[in-house]
Amino acid sequence: MGARETVSSPLPSPDDLQARIQAERPYLLRYAALQLRDRDAAEDAVQETLLAALTGSSGFAGRSSLRTWLTGILKHKIVDHIRRSSREQAAPDPAEGDDADFDALFDRRGHWVDPPQAWENPEGALEQGRLRAVLEECLKGLPARTAQAFMMREHLGLDTPELCKALGVTPTHSWVLLYRARMALRLCLERNGFGR
Amino acid sequence: MMRSCKEVTRLVSQGEERDLGFLERVELRMHLAACRGCRNASDQLRFLRRAARSLQEEDEHTAGRA
Repeated sequence: MGARETVSSPLPSPDDLQARIQAERPYLLRYAALQLRDRDAAEDAVQETLLAALTGSSGFAGRSSLRTWLTGILKHKIVDHIRRSSREQAAPDPAEGDDADFDALFDRRGHWVDPPQAWENPEGALEQGRLRAVLEECLKGLPARTAQAFMMREHLGLDTPELCKALGVTPTHSWVLLYRARMALRLCLERNGFGR
Repeated sequence: MMRSCKEVTRLVSQGEERDLGFLERVELRMHLAACRGCRNASDQLRFLRRAARSLQEEDEHTAGRA
């Protein structure tokens, strides 16, 4: 794999590639911070990613964009970091499993106080990129582990066993975290005028 | 026997994570057929997955998609 092959579009020179990799640093840092919720951990994960990219740049075949390739490496580093920090943490806070927060949404019999209305063209907002900033803000408002569970499941695409391994929780607890994340994000998007 | 809206939202979310039992599926379907609020909530909870996927930005040189 190390030999440089001549393809229709020649690969960039090593110096050029190195500069381009460094130029992606701010984006990668923002991406990692959103999921790790800890500036130092995000710095570490990005540093590891850049190091892996610079020492293994032969792995970059130019078939995907540089950003996509780097993000692919970073995703693994992010999950590694979450797994390590979960191991260091004490048992999960029991309050994480409590959905009392949503009690205000429902009456005593568990029916909607204010039934959700349909959203106006959510797909359109998604395509136009109008959703991203709001969703990022809403994610920052979640407890860290709840946000991590959501992003690992819905963004990174981990399944239940992988999620449980990363967070050090039982399947049931992972579902509670995801339920809380989804309910809170739905509500947060709506309160920020999404879908109107 | 009728599930509350709160329970239904939890089932919708769990339905993304595990295979629901036969009875759960029937109850869910019956409730959603009768309850517009839960239908909207269900669509929106599942829309979050597509929204979450969009949080990765592509730069302009996305050769893979060309």
